[in-house]
Amino acid sequence: MIGLIALSAPAHAQAETVGGTIQVAEGAERTPIAGVVIDISLDGEDIGTGTSDDTGIWAVDVPGPGTYQAELDVESLPDGVAPTDPDSTLLDSVIVRAGQNKVIAFRLGEGSVAAANRYKQLGNLFILGLKLGAIIALSAVGLSLIYGVTGLINFAHGELLTFGALMLYFFHVSGGGPGWPLLLAAIPAVILGGLFGGAQDRLLWRPLRKRRIGNIAMMVVSIGLALALRNFFLIIFDGQPRSLRDFAIQDTVDILGIPVVPKTLVIIGASLVILTCVGLFLQKTKTGIAVRAIADNKDLAESSGIDVQSVILSTWILGAGLAALSGVFFGVSESVQYNMGFRLLLLTFAATVLGGLGTAYGAMLGGFVIGIAIEMSTYWIDTELKNALALGLLIVMLLFRPQGLLGRKERLG
Amino acid sequence: MDWTEILIDAATASIGPVAAAYALAAIGLNLQFGYSGLLNFGQAGFMLVGGYGAAITVEHGGSFWLGILVGIAASVVLGLILGGPTLRLRADYLAIVTISAAEILRLIVRSGWAEPLTNGVFGIQGFANPFFDLNPLATAGRYGWGDFTFQGRQLWVMIVGWSLVGLATLLLWKLIASPWGRAIRAIREDEDAARALGKNVFGYKLQSLILGGALGGAAGMLLAVEQQNIVSDSFLPQLTFFLYVIVILGGAGTILGPIFGAIVFRFLFQFFDGFMAQSQAEGWYGDLLDATDAQQIKLVLVGAGLMALMVFRPQGAFGNREELLIDDN
Repeated sequence: MIGLIALSAPAHAQAETVGGTIQVAEGAERTPIAGVVIDISLDGEDIGTGTSDDTGIWAVDVPGPGTYQAELDVESLPDGVAPTDPDSTLLDSVIVRAGQNKVIAFRLGEGSVAAANRYKQLGNLFILGLKLGAIIALSAVGLSLIYGVTGLINFAHGELLTFGALMLYFFHVSGGGPGWPLLLAAIPAVILGGLFGGAQDRLLWRPLRKRRIGNIAMMVVSIGLALALRNFFLIIFDGQPRSLRDFAIQDTVDILGIPVVPKTLVIIGASLVILTCVGLFLQKTKTGIAVRAIADNKDLAESSGIDVQSVILSTWILGAGLAALSGVFFGVSESVQYNMGFRLLLLTFAATVLGGLGTAYGAMLGGFVIGIAIEMSTYWIDTELKNALALGLLIVMLLFRPQGLLGRKERLG
Repeated sequence: MDWTEILIDAATASIGPVAAAYALAAIGLNLQFGYSGLLNFGQAGFMLVGGYGAAITVEHGGSFWLGILVGIAASVVLGLILGGPTLRLRADYLAIVTISAAEILRLIVRSGWAEPLTNGVFGIQGFANPFFDLNPLATAGRYGWGDFTFQGRQLWVMIVGWSLVGLATLLLWKLIASPWGRAIRAIREDEDAARALGKNVFGYKLQSLILGGALGGAAGMLLAVEQQNIVSDSFLPQLTFFLYVIVILGGAGTILGPIFGAIVFRFLFQFFDGFMAQSQAEGWYGDLLDATDAQQIKLVLVGAGLMALMVFRPQGAFGNREELLIDDN
């Protein structure tokens, strides 16, 4: 909607800012702290960075009213100062009204954030990259499997992911839901996510295949579906990101000297197990072999007695279930928002193409490459440019090895 | 419910400056998608470089007219950069690369890193004064009939915008009827056959991508000039999707399709906007939809409309079903 507002409304005269004073509270005494960095973002995209001056005051101009997120850059705190609650460094709904100079505060006290050395920083980024990579890989495998059996580049794949996260939110947090613990709520979220994909195939894509609608036309249909679903989610769920209840706050554990939040390890571990299972399914089971046969040559598969339509349906359920799981992990690692899947869609595409369009193992590999590249790159370049870098990687890849890392040359028509 | 107001608002929007800009960008997209079969999903990116090319030039001391040249040149260069690696690949790769490239550009333009040049998320304002200095109409005067009026300033943009649309349509009409036009349609129908006849398929596709992209660049400038304001987030992927709705609605691969599509699209968009706002205010939906929800529902309709169009009438209003790339495969 931002685009439309910007097109249809004149730029407003008043300027909005988000700002505050960074200070350490000790009883009644307040000590301002200079040089602390605060990042402001909107819908997961960076808006600007503020740095506190000698009196501790900082402010960031924002482009208009809206719900922003503010994050304290813990690395920028001087020695001996730490947030009083290590998990309160992110304020995820800072509401700014027209013309308002919004003031926000971070609670700081004495303490210390262990000085991060290069090894620790890079190690930490690598683990974050593995986590993001796992999330992208799950989503990309689903996209790639569906592409393999149907030839559809599904622009509505991101909404499968969002659907999973929304279902998780419903069963876990939502007032109208049962309020189950997160681990229990994830089960119906993934199952319903898979059924959502299956229903899409039965009610939409299979009838379209019957009408012999071409792949490109189907791709355009999926764009329409994505637009409709995403805005439907926006209407029922509203725009701001929402946190989950369980595991929101965790103490870090040390892995080879690198502090890691346990849920990150669980996400990485569970993803690896599930991706291995998908690989075994494709190699060892009858349906899995049928999936690969159809992806290879649909007519030949059909004439050798494979029930193509039912295999496609199974693939849709599997792919959508994996996407829903990816959405669950993404929700656990950040927060739940109506457009979270769309934000990840282009990265999923990048992973899929990087690994080789239509190859399931390529998509897994591509996902991890993209995830690690995105997170590690922030050590050298601006955080705001990390996604641009990942997409750039995709274009460079197409220049030199268009079939992807694991793709075969003849797949390119 | 004030139907007159809703209809007048919708009619105003349907021929307003934004409709002209959409029509211009859609003509370019129609050349690429409708006539050449190129899946350019980054038309928003071409619009972005066109608009920013002009705005940045003026902001850094160049004249407005130089800015226009820079904007067009920037979109041509983007076409060259994108076309080079991707036009030899399958059609769907081009879709992924172009949408990614448009996003890369948007992310770079809005980043703090590019802020000295682009002013980051705040964009650039007030760069088109020389354009409005040429306006022969009274800037604040109102022209029209009854309630159906435009400001002189707006009307000036409309006159220039629709003239550009007319010129582009004429150019395209001549081009499509020429041997060049037959060649690109032949490539769309059967690339191998065209290649077997000695046509330089890659060259033709590149020319089509660049020409369509330059029209997109001009449309981006028109949008920026109209607002005297350019912001990176005006160029979300959604903008390209709107253009696809317009091209398909009017009929992909038809000369007048994009113009018709843009007018109808803007009319319906504004019509639903007004209708939903008023019916919500009158309490038609009770607690089901609040005012923001009622605004957002039109985007659900745009999506559903695109699906329905593609399924039931892919040739659009004027299209010819036989002459349609998107039907085969």
